[in-house]
Amino acid sequence: MSVDNTVAEAGRPRLIRADRTRRRNAAETRFRIYGVVAIVISLAALVFLVLSILSNGLGAFSQTFIAFDVYLDPAVIDKNGNRNPEEMKKVTTIGYGNLLKKALAADLEARGVSTEGIPPKEVDGLLSKDAPAQLRDKVLADPGLVGQTIRFETYANGRIDGYFKGRVTMESARLDSNVSPEQLELADRMRAAGIVSVRFNWGFLFGPDASELRPEAAGLGIAIIGSAYMMMIVLVLALPIGVAASIYLEEFARQNAFTDVIEVNIANLAAVPSIVFGILGLALFINFLGLPQSAPIVGGLVLTLMTLPTIIIATRASLKAVPPSIREAALGVGASKMQTVFHHVLPLAMPGILTGTIIGLAQALGETAPLLLIGMVAFVRDFPGPPPEGFFDPAAALPVQVYNWTQRADPAFVERASGAIIVLLVFLLSMNIIAIILRRRFERRW
Amino acid sequence: MNDASKLQVTLPITPDTSAAVASSAMVREGEAAAGPDIKVAARNVDVFYGDKQAIKDVSVDIPERSVTAFIGPSGCGKSTFLRCINRMNDTIDGCRVTGEITLDGLDIHDPSLDVVELRARVGMVFQKPNPFPKSIYENVAYGPRIHGLARGRPELDEIVESSLRKAGLFEEVKDRLDGPGTGLSGGQQQRLCIARAIAVSPEVILMDEPCSALDPIATAKVEELIDELKANYAIIIVTHSMQQAARVSQQTAFFHLGVLAEIGSTQEIFTNPKDKRTQDYITGRFG
Repeated sequence: MSVDNTVAEAGRPRLIRADRTRRRNAAETRFRIYGVVAIVISLAALVFLVLSILSNGLGAFSQTFIAFDVYLDPAVIDKNGNRNPEEMKKVTTIGYGNLLKKALAADLEARGVSTEGIPPKEVDGLLSKDAPAQLRDKVLADPGLVGQTIRFETYANGRIDGYFKGRVTMESARLDSNVSPEQLELADRMRAAGIVSVRFNWGFLFGPDASELRPEAAGLGIAIIGSAYMMMIVLVLALPIGVAASIYLEEFARQNAFTDVIEVNIANLAAVPSIVFGILGLALFINFLGLPQSAPIVGGLVLTLMTLPTIIIATRASLKAVPPSIREAALGVGASKMQTVFHHVLPLAMPGILTGTIIGLAQALGETAPLLLIGMVAFVRDFPGPPPEGFFDPAAALPVQVYNWTQRADPAFVERASGAIIVLLVFLLSMNIIAIILRRRFERRW
Repeated sequence: MNDASKLQVTLPITPDTSAAVASSAMVREGEAAAGPDIKVAARNVDVFYGDKQAIKDVSVDIPERSVTAFIGPSGCGKSTFLRCINRMNDTIDGCRVTGEITLDGLDIHDPSLDVVELRARVGMVFQKPNPFPKSIYENVAYGPRIHGLARGRPELDEIVESSLRKAGLFEEVKDRLDGPGTGLSGGQQQRLCIARAIAVSPEVILMDEPCSALDPIATAKVEELIDELKANYAIIIVTHSMQQAARVSQQTAFFHLGVLAEIGSTQEIFTNPKDKRTQDYITGRFG
């Protein structure tokens, strides 16, 4: 015979109050559902973000190239005939442009690609506006080429590139004053003839930025170098300063009102909007100390200030997490305070310190606002020199480059901005992986 | 037992006698071999945590080559007093110690004395076994290394082995000296901590409830070890177990609410306590 606990028997109180239990269980079920919903929403957002960036940005890594034979006519580019680069510099890109125009027309004719009904100017328009400058750089770097016929490969115009990537269609070309459907048809014919090809573009990773009119030539090289320089400066400055400050505050300083104030201020500093650090950097490093604008040194110093609180908070937390019994053990055998910290406490806190540092660096790598204020938005075409002198040369930064490109009108820059975001994310991801590996390696139990 | 009762100290001690004891200790230093001496002497020690007084006017003599037990209910200040002897309380913010504590007649609060040297001479074993998260060898070798006690690896090996032997651990761990110290059992870890303390050749060993985290078998081993060690060291042990105090010590001090209620030979304390509080405590009426 089963006993129903929920029903009161005569004269006895019920053991279980059914309605209360049901309500409690229902509340728990509801809470679980909320949790699952929250996770699903955030995962969906993440997937959407990654997919949209990948679909927009992967195209930036491949590029349409046009390759054809160019006769480097000495009569045009080296009138004196003595192959002196200094004298050859007098010939501007206009001269090289004419050379390319003739060469392309000749090459198309030689390969039997019809250009009928297309004005010569539009045939020429298939080439990137950067092409004459590329040819000029090439010739100036190696004057021996003059008088030869070389195979010259250059970027196709951004619109043509867009056509092969599906961004530009015949319909959109009809409405576009920069490209005509005839040009696109010609491009198709040129591709069939093997003059035009689409392949991976190292220039996107290593080339310098390019102007508004030539998205196809824009690269991340200077931005990557600038960001790398700034990370070096942040690592070299913020890690030792942050760790030293934390060790002093955590292990040596007396706990009093003064250290309390410092502690609160460090926590507050971590919450200060990053643009404020930019204003500080502008006022202190550029206006007061007279350091150059747009330079990685200034960016690195500003980001150091920003990263310090993160590193200090992480380091202090991991120092605190080391059990006091380890300190007592070391002090008990007669280790000095400093020996205790450096032989025992610091090694145990190392995984946490490294993780905090890398998180701080990753934050700094993605920071845009303060860099805008210290002039890192400038358009930089010249690569900075090798460190340490290069720290003072103008450079760009990855997130600022993304910001810059999204500001530009040509839709080709949307693709490049997304490509730059992918590069940035790859850097961040690899930093996080390094953090995980370091933590695993240094982790010890006690 | 006998020599411990000879050294029994009656309380309270006036400042005059304390000075006399201190100076006589200094005189005795030269002839340490003459017989059991007073190794550590405390006179009128007060300890404050901020405004709160944790220890009130405690005066104790700790004899050479014997075991002194500190007993008393929780929070009575016995651990606090123990930590005064190697100045571990210095590491606690807001902790203030007044009064005089001497080691071989030398004031341990002397500004010219390096606290690191003091702690090398007064070793400590803690309540919870706390080996370093390093190898067994490194645990023992650490102290000699930082104090420069060994010249070269063979000498260090020798110190490690003899310390582990004295702690009765060598046979158990000789095949895994490179293994982690934290991989040992609780009792072994505690004996490793004792070996670590012995390795710097201290003169006094302070033990703060060394067996409270151990099972009875491990406890028995540690007690056996304490009994052997007392041939060479002055040992002070804080314990909650009155049986343990009775088993291992020659002298027992009973602390109550921050004051030293009674001190005497262990036999006398447990069979014929003079103080009412001691009697109540050891008969289990409180604590």
